[in-house]
Formats: sequence, C-alpha cells, structure tokens
Amino acid sequence: MDPRTFCAQSRLVVVAGKGGVGKTTVTAAMARMAAGLGLSVLIVEVEGKTGLAAAFGAEDLEYDERELAPGIRARSLTPDVALVEYLEEHGLRRISRRLVKAGLVEVVSTAAPGIKDILILGKVKQLERAGVADLILLDAPAAGHAVSFLMSARGLKEIVRAGPLHGQADDVLQMLNDPSRCRVLLVTLPEETPVNEVVETAFALEDRVGVDLGPVVVNGLYPVLDGLDVDAAAAGAALGPDEARALSEAADFRARRQELQQAQVARLAAELPLPQLHLPTLFTVDLTPPDIDVLATALAIAIEALPAPAGVR
Amino acid sequence: MPAGPRPDASELVVDREILVCCGPGGVGKTTVAAALAVEGARRGRRTVVVTIDPAKRLADALGLDTLTDTAHRIDGDWPGELWALMLDPRSTFDGLVTRYAPEPGQAEAILANRFYRNISGALSGTQEYMAMEKLFELHNDERFDLVVVDTPPTRNALDFVDAPRRLTRLLDNRLFRLLMMPARTGFRAVNLATQAFLRTIGKVVGSEVVSDAVTFFQAFEGMEDGFRQRAQGVQVLLADPCTAFLLVTSPRRDAARETEFFAQKLGEAGIDVEALIVNRMHPRFPPVGAGEAPVPALASLYRNLCDLSRLADGEEAHVAALADRVGAPAVRVPELETDVHDLPGLSRVADYVFAS
Repeated sequence: MDPRTFCAQSRLVVVAGKGGVGKTTVTAAMARMAAGLGLSVLIVEVEGKTGLAAAFGAEDLEYDERELAPGIRARSLTPDVALVEYLEEHGLRRISRRLVKAGLVEVVSTAAPGIKDILILGKVKQLERAGVADLILLDAPAAGHAVSFLMSARGLKEIVRAGPLHGQADDVLQMLNDPSRCRVLLVTLPEETPVNEVVETAFALEDRVGVDLGPVVVNGLYPVLDGLDVDAAAAGAALGPDEARALSEAADFRARRQELQQAQVARLAAELPLPQLHLPTLFTVDLTPPDIDVLATALAIAIEALPAPAGVR
Repeated sequence: MPAGPRPDASELVVDREILVCCGPGGVGKTTVAAALAVEGARRGRRTVVVTIDPAKRLADALGLDTLTDTAHRIDGDWPGELWALMLDPRSTFDGLVTRYAPEPGQAEAILANRFYRNISGALSGTQEYMAMEKLFELHNDERFDLVVVDTPPTRNALDFVDAPRRLTRLLDNRLFRLLMMPARTGFRAVNLATQAFLRTIGKVVGSEVVSDAVTFFQAFEGMEDGFRQRAQGVQVLLADPCTAFLLVTSPRRDAARETEFFAQKLGEAGIDVEALIVNRMHPRFPPVGAGEAPVPALASLYRNLCDLSRLADGEEAHVAALADRVGAPAVRVPELETDVHDLPGLSRVADYVFAS
C-alpha cells in the first residue's frame, strides 16, 4: 500500500498500547513519515510527560499548539482545560474557571465515569471536524486505559440520557464507528505479555467500541542479521580466545532473542488476524530526531509491503 | 537524606515491616514485588504481597485466579510464609464505608448509591488510596510481619503517597460543601442560589449526575472524620522507619525518564528511596579489539557485538544517572528470556536482586 493512501484512510489515527511498548515512538515516526509526504500533522497528547516533544528535541507540550518540526504540530489536552472550553461554549463562561478550580472535574467525573475521556475525545472530534490538519495522531492513554478511554462514549450515553453531553457522546461515537474518519493503530512488543495484552485489547475494541483497527505495529524487533552462526574462533585468525568467546556469546544471545521474537510474532499473527507493521530496535536508549527519521523510513517500507486496500478509500 | 551507608535490599527484607514498590508501568513491578516477597519467605518472615493487576500467568502461579481481597497462602520450600492477594479497590472501599458509617442504614445507602459505585473505578487516586488502605490493614494483621505492596501504574509517585489525603481533601472541597448544604440546612432551606447553580450544572452534565452526587454527599455526612483519621494513620505509617520505599524501573528511555521524575517528587515530599531496582537490563559483553572485523566473514559478529554494546552502554548511563539522582545503589536484574510466571521464576529474580 502506498503510504499516502495509508495516511488518507482516516483523518484521525489513535495510537494505543500498554505502557513501555513505544507508543510515543510510533506516534513520532508516523508523524515524521506523513510530514515527509507533504501532509500537515497534528499530534495530540493526553497524558503529559510522554517524552514526545523530547523525541523532536523540543520542550514539553502545552495546551496551546506548537510546531515540533516542519509540518508537525502538537498539543497536550487535559480534561480540566477541555471542560472550561466546553462550559464556555455552553453558556457558563462566567463561572467556568471557578468551577474547574473548585474541583468540578473530580466531582462530575466520579458521578459519570468517562466524562474526562469524553471531554478529551469531544475536543479531538472538534479538531477532526474542523480539519485542522491532514492527519491527527492521538497518543492515547497507556496502561490498559485505551479500551475504557474509547469506551467512554458508549458508557456515558447510558448515564447521561439527555442534554449537550449526551449529544457530545453521540458525536464521538459516530466518529469512532466511522472507518473513514478514525482508526486505531495498536502498538506492541514481540514479547509474551505485550502480545497477550494487544490481542485482548484488539478484541475488546472491536467488540465493545466498534472502532476500525489498522495494522498492529510490532516495535523493537532485532533486525535479522545473517552470518551470526560463523565460528569466530575458526574464522578469525588473529582473535584471542576471550575475544572469540565474547563474539560468539553475543551472537548466541542475539540469535536466541531473534528466535524468541519471531515466535511471538508468529503467535500474534495466529491469534490476531490483523496485518503487522514491523519496526526495528535501534539499540539505543535515547531517541533523537535522526532515530525518528530512521523509524519513519522503516514504517513507510512496512506500509508499502501491505496489500493495497480492496475497495476504494 | 540520612548520612551513612544505605541498607542493601537484603537488609530491607529482613528488617522492615513494609516495602512499597513504586515505579512506572511496564517495567515488571509486580514481578519484582512478588520476588521480594519470595525472598521474605526464604528469610523466614511471614510475608504477604499485595499485587495489582498481575499478568494472568503470574496470577495463576500465585493462586490468584480470581480477584480476591483475601490473602491466600502459597506453599513453598522456605522457613517463612508467603501469602498473596490481588487488590480489589471496590471491596476494600466497601469495608471502609461499613466501618465508618455510624449506623448500618447509612452504610447501605452509600453502598447502593450510583455515585459511590462509580468511585472506585472513576475517582482518580482511588486505586492508590485503597492500596494504601490495604497495606494499613495488613500491617495490623497479626498473621504477617512483612507486607510488600505493588503500586498501581501512575505518572506521578505522589498520586500514591497523597492518595489517603485525596479523598479527605475531596470531602473538604468547597464544591462538595455546597452539594452537602441541603443535608446540613434541611431541604427546605436550600438557598435559591444553590438550587439555581445545581440546575445549571445539571443542564450541562445531566440532572441524574447531579442528583446522584448530592445524594452521595448527603449520605456521607458525618463520616468525614473517620476517613480523615484513617488517612492520617496511613500517612504516619508511611513516614515510619519500618516502611521502606523501593523504586523499580527498567533502563529504557521512557521508564528511566519517569523514574527520575518519581524520585524527584518523592524527594520533594521528604521520602527517601532506599533501593533502586533496575529490571530487564541487557547483557554486556566484553569489548573486542578495535571493534572492527579483521576479516569480512566476521562482519556480522562484530556488528552484533557493537549493537549490543551500544545498548548496554546507553542503559548503564541511564542507571548511573538514576542511582545518582535517587541516592541509592542500583540493583540490576537482567532481562530474562521468558516472562516470569512461576515460583522458580520468582526465586530466580530474587536471586538476582539479592546476589550481592
């Protein structure tokens, strides 16, 4: 599939996955790839301190939009600020700030779980409708909250049966259920628990939210390196025994890891009938802008290898 | 920060009564907490571990196949005892309400209220608060002399430390006072301004939402003091020298960043971190020559060694910076080939933690 086609499938892409799987990295790489195709990108972060800005060498994000790189803008949404905006739009301008300061979000969100999420998603929907960018990437909350985050609209509709918030939930649900407007990109690692969790999340999202799932991004794969089975002691004339041992132990480690990862990738394919996009590990602990470029290229190559979509757009 | 050498992890398991494992999500915190508890049992202590959302196979290994709020004993070849339970915030909270309600009818009214039923799932910090509450309860339970507690994944370590205060703060909140006013002054006397105010909020968020909340706060009337005292008790216990805070992390970028933030916040709150456990370290192999392959046939082997060394160096730099920031020595646990989901696996992790 042409990466351009891939990006055009829906304006909103929700990037979701458990903590530590590299969700933010994938968001950054996808943004870079889309911007490289000439698309305007807006990244929306909802938890703060995700390290997204740092991957672009920028300061932490705030509510107001900021440019992170050419063609890539980003902002951070919090329920508090989204609520102020919401109240202001619903004729409560005078008291909105005071209410929020007095802890209205805590009270209301306890009374109606999911209200925080719906405030955020409502704001995202507004951005999507307004077409503020060609591609909006939502870096979803981590730690298994993705399902409840996206479920919030359905849950809230049952609690709040009328009024503007009900309407808001309706609109959000419509967006989530429309594959031409929104898709979820799940991110995982080729390891046992992350694979189990992504399978569980995928089914929950499909059954309970009814949202369209894009390919699963498998992050952190060891690039396959041929020639790891060479006998170092035999091939290296000038190698000391310690050196030969270090080389072969490292090679064994890598070969074993590759094997374990491939087994998890195969298991994921067997348990979850979604195409996979593979991203390599870069053997680095600090992600810099050049690393993001490398991953953006890898992502584009993986997308090109996907079959072209069956129908028209 | 106190002067003198820091205790190592073994001393903590032997000397203390409560070990709190903090750290970001996705680093194997639950596994490390369970491994510490195994070590406690091996050292002859009557240990109980409170886990939060363990991966399914680990839960099975600990006999936690269903969510249960009661400690369950795990047999093993050790002089002490090992007990485990999975935190159920809901039933812990129910227990608290029942304890502090002046009369049974009041407890029933609260337990049946929709607002209350949402609290354990929705009010931020409730899970943390209930973990603390459970810790307090287990510490007072004569069956145990060591409580190890895993903490919910959170972005801010203080969510956990602050959790007991949070509910009382909520009850002291001005908005809540306003909502409680009808109970205080009698329904007839509710002033018109309050009524109008509640109606306006009701229009936006739905009137059921407001009436549930009002009913809840009315039912809660008179119970704040009990909650406040309990919260203070937990605070005192956390600050007591019998309690040790351990930071669990992995050397990966995001985790290290969050851990540094945790350490900073804990420091600001005057809490010492007494051990830093870095889980899932990649192995380090000795460097070879100049790092250049002498013959083309060895190119892949050199390339691989170079990749892995780069990763290990980067991880080590993160660990050193963290140890420096936290002011505690780092204990390193290697990344294991498979997930830990049985007692021998937990023992192996414990062996690494207590190797020195």
